[in-house]
Amino acid sequence: MSISQKHITFDVEAIRKDFPILNREVNGKPLIYFDNAATSQTPQQVIDVIVNYYSNYNANIHRGVHALSQEATDAYELARLKIQKHFNAAHSHEIIYTSGTTHGINLVANGFSSFLKKGDEVIVSALEHHSNIVPWQMLCERTEAELKVIPMNTDGDLVLRDFDALLNENTKLVFVNHISNALGTINPIEYIIEKAHNVGAAVLIDGAQSCPHIKPDVQALDVDFYVCSAHKICGPTGVGMLYGKQEWLKKLPPYQGGGEMIAEVSFEKTTYADLPHKFEAGTPNICGGIAFGAALDYMNAIGFDTIASYENELLEYATAQLQQIESLKIYGTAKEKTSVISFNVGNIHPYDIGTILDKMGIAVRTGHHCAQPIMNFYQIPGTVRASLMFYNTKEEIDLFIIALKKAVMMLS
Amino acid sequence: MTIQEIQNEIIDEFSMFDDWEERYQYMIDLGKTLPLIDDAHKTDDNIIKGCQSKVWVHANMDDNKVVFTADSDAIITKGIIAILIRTFSNQHPTAILEADTDFIDKIGLKEHLSPTRANGLVSMIKQLKMYAIAYQTQLN
Repeated sequence: MSISQKHITFDVEAIRKDFPILNREVNGKPLIYFDNAATSQTPQQVIDVIVNYYSNYNANIHRGVHALSQEATDAYELARLKIQKHFNAAHSHEIIYTSGTTHGINLVANGFSSFLKKGDEVIVSALEHHSNIVPWQMLCERTEAELKVIPMNTDGDLVLRDFDALLNENTKLVFVNHISNALGTINPIEYIIEKAHNVGAAVLIDGAQSCPHIKPDVQALDVDFYVCSAHKICGPTGVGMLYGKQEWLKKLPPYQGGGEMIAEVSFEKTTYADLPHKFEAGTPNICGGIAFGAALDYMNAIGFDTIASYENELLEYATAQLQQIESLKIYGTAKEKTSVISFNVGNIHPYDIGTILDKMGIAVRTGHHCAQPIMNFYQIPGTVRASLMFYNTKEEIDLFIIALKKAVMMLS
Repeated sequence: MTIQEIQNEIIDEFSMFDDWEERYQYMIDLGKTLPLIDDAHKTDDNIIKGCQSKVWVHANMDDNKVVFTADSDAIITKGIIAILIRTFSNQHPTAILEADTDFIDKIGLKEHLSPTRANGLVSMIKQLKMYAIAYQTQLN
């Protein structure tokens, strides 16, 4: 699923008007927001949906007989259908609302602890975010299964030869992110899924970083689990989704007990509700779910091909500009990558660069990006990460480069 | 000088700067020029791990006064450490325990002492106070 190179005209100034936050100033300078991989900004269309929910039909769902509850339930379930359609899931009950990517991963990891035993093996990649490492380490501690790691090379690509060698009949699960949050590498998940399935292993893809840039088709990918967060895709924080194949979701035990997830309760025995409610205990983030659907509507109205081709232009432009700066080193030079650029300049600490850029109104990420194994691989304390989204512009990149040069001058 | 006097002196120095650039340039220069800690004390035991930058702190007692040395891998953090060391080092433990860090707000560097900044500085100040408590106990 490589990013399309074809050029599509795209009116970024019109798009920017949808995002009220882009008008604000930081430290007396117009905000330049390049921390999109951490969280994306929210368009007015989605903010309106949130305001409308709390202004007009805030109610608990799935159990009220009154009008508000019915309206809220309808909107919440309509959003689930939008998510199903977006990811091309075969059934709407294969879409489980979560609080975000981390929740989805933990739900699956917890479920698998009843299937795994000593001698089983699970594989993660060296490119993972801590949230796609720690739950599996905890799972392996509980079950005595063994955790194996697909290594990476200096470009930030996974070494597939080594992945092939790790697979065997004991491999039960493979967990890989679609796109690395620290380096932007797009991983060859089609290959990984196929190879894992050949030995009978299930695959979970962490889509936290891919969903803002790529529209995944879970059926075409034949992936077993796919997780993402709404706040990376112009939606609100605190909501996300887990896609799971129906047969897997039926097999997995419930994650949390509570209301909403039961069919019948007595002190002798409780039977669980059908999918998807079996995994949705308690009152969910109703407004968040509805706004998640609105965010997908917004992104789809622009079109993911358009978004990808514009972001690719931004990536190429920013990379070329950054490479002009003396002793600047970019980490993550995979051929297939999204608009994430991780870098350091000489021996300057990323924290210092981030602090000076902030003084000039520019938001970047600094540090290890919750991916310490990657930083250990490069033997660096962290990087500065500029992550671009379709509402960013080349003019912003130019200002960022000027500010960066100034920061380097001050800090050298 | 008392801690209060030193802090007032620092506030006076910073009042000469017109904008953030001059303030930060001064801090960066402080961070660059000062030898802050003996390499022998830059050990894992003395490290305070912030998510963003690391800080090392060492303390010893000399003539009833606590002498602090410290360092960081980030230069701006190091500049702030230089200011903190200037304030707290060579003081009696009781004076260190009674002192506050409000002067940091007054010189426009408040954000660096935010508990959520994760640069190790808040933990460093706690550590300075812990040393002061330990040495005060010794004196009693």
